[in-house]
Amino acid sequence: MGMTMTQKILAAHAGLDEVKPGQLIEAKIDMMLGNDITSPVAINEFEKAGFTSVFDKGKIALVMDHFAPNKDIKAAEQCKQSRAFARKYDLTHFYDVGEMGVEHTLLPEKGLVAPGEIVTGADSHTCTYGALGAFSTGVGSTDMAAVMATGKLWFKVPSAIKFNVTGKLQKWVSGKDVILHIIGMIGVDGALYKSMEFSGEGVKNLTIDDRLTICNMAIEAGGKNGVFPVDEVTRAYVDDRVQRPYEVFQADGDAEYDAVYDIDLGKIGLTVAFPHLPENARTFDQIGDVPIDQVVIGSCTNGKLADMAMAAEVMKGKKVARDVRCIVIPATPWVYRECMRLGYTDIFLDAGAVVSTPTCGPCLGGHMGILAAGERAVATTNRNFVGRMGHPTSEVYLAGPAVAAASAIAGKIAQPGD
Amino acid sequence: MSNRATAFKYGDNVDTDVIIPARYLNTADHKELASHCMEDIDRDFVGKMKAGDIIVGGNNFGCGSSREHAPIAIKAAGVSCVIAKSFARIFYRNSINIGLPILECVEASDGIEAGDEVSVDFNTGLITDHTKKKTYQAQPFPPFIQEIVKANGLLGAIKAK
Repeated sequence: MGMTMTQKILAAHAGLDEVKPGQLIEAKIDMMLGNDITSPVAINEFEKAGFTSVFDKGKIALVMDHFAPNKDIKAAEQCKQSRAFARKYDLTHFYDVGEMGVEHTLLPEKGLVAPGEIVTGADSHTCTYGALGAFSTGVGSTDMAAVMATGKLWFKVPSAIKFNVTGKLQKWVSGKDVILHIIGMIGVDGALYKSMEFSGEGVKNLTIDDRLTICNMAIEAGGKNGVFPVDEVTRAYVDDRVQRPYEVFQADGDAEYDAVYDIDLGKIGLTVAFPHLPENARTFDQIGDVPIDQVVIGSCTNGKLADMAMAAEVMKGKKVARDVRCIVIPATPWVYRECMRLGYTDIFLDAGAVVSTPTCGPCLGGHMGILAAGERAVATTNRNFVGRMGHPTSEVYLAGPAVAAASAIAGKIAQPGD
Repeated sequence: MSNRATAFKYGDNVDTDVIIPARYLNTADHKELASHCMEDIDRDFVGKMKAGDIIVGGNNFGCGSSREHAPIAIKAAGVSCVIAKSFARIFYRNSINIGLPILECVEASDGIEAGDEVSVDFNTGLITDHTKKKTYQAQPFPPFIQEIVKANGLLGAIKAK
């Protein structure tokens, strides 16, 4: 029986010729990521277990992005603990305020992920890097401690769902709409324990930023990972950033899939996921009049330059509606600078939005844009669970950058041109 | 075999944000996390539950964030076991890695009601609902995972090697 792309990457890292779905394996890890919330728990476990060295100081990345710049004293203590650990073990990749960006946008940008590698992160959205043809998945803090000590981790080999992609996206429609459409179709546990493998002639029409956004939310369908094949688009992105050699894996022609879905990109409309699950996807014919209090444009899902460009195109020469707070968060220092250079920052500021330093902040209800009781936000983030962005009675509507920007102008959920 | 315990029942897709809201993630202190366990889905949970009680969920329990703080909060609150139809994968591995007993059992998840008196035999996966006088059989863990559970978590298992 042939193997899926994910199975082939796992087999290669486990030193096996073949793996089968359900098989428990131990695989070598190429990069272990932690942030300021998950690293302290991992460090505590690492130290409690009595480990005194890390497996490879160049293969651990700590990114202080969630509650940083420090939101309170306790958050400051967590960053302090992570910083001390990074210095003690001389970690090469420690990103603090000034250099840090939202982790899943920062790592690909810095060339820390290459095709065919295994990246584990103590953060659920680590699945983002499948966009580059890597196997990447979110794990816990104890897993992180184990990897920091041994460089290896246990996995159950996943089966896969295949998404056969054709066609081209319409104007304003982006990777976010594609993944919300898919989650709406298969549900928040539709890919539970499974890989989501994308292929087909339409893949070439998706930019790396679209692919990163699509894989980012594989976890919102319960998926273990999302992964795209490596093509010219991937190589053009990776070869600018990665110096080390990398291996490209392809799914076998006779690989088995639990299900195959056809996705015609041209038929996907602007999509919004209503509270309180990402599967509550609606297109504009089902939305109606939903007034809002806040818009957030940013996060590991949509804080990339393409997202900023799309939001700026919508907001150019317009004003944010009265009583709406619009918070724009470029995901990394590079995206931030590019926004300045390309004039996007001026467009946002002229419109009456605020442009923040990189942080995960409001996405998880941490800081920099918490909602009061009953308030509604349109956000380009990834979760709309109860209380996700603040008070348990507040509401988050997930959308792509075009809808978020148009909604900020209209004061209600809207699409460009409304 | 666990002692007889009271069941606290919730629905599908209990996410890690309601198990432990992010506003409390500025600490890794187990006791403090436990004091906010289940706060955004059941504000009274911590006040009502007794050590050893169990949580029963539906499909996709523990979905969302990778925060290990979620199973830590549940374990530190004194919950002896979580039974669900299915678990989100990161919550599943986190629970095993920290030694929080979890069992997948569709029939038990359907049959057990809030307030039922339940006991669990972790060696066999047998779940007994004493209130309803019914038993359910959960799948036992594969040997590889049993090793981790026996070593009281992943790091214990690595150290034992």
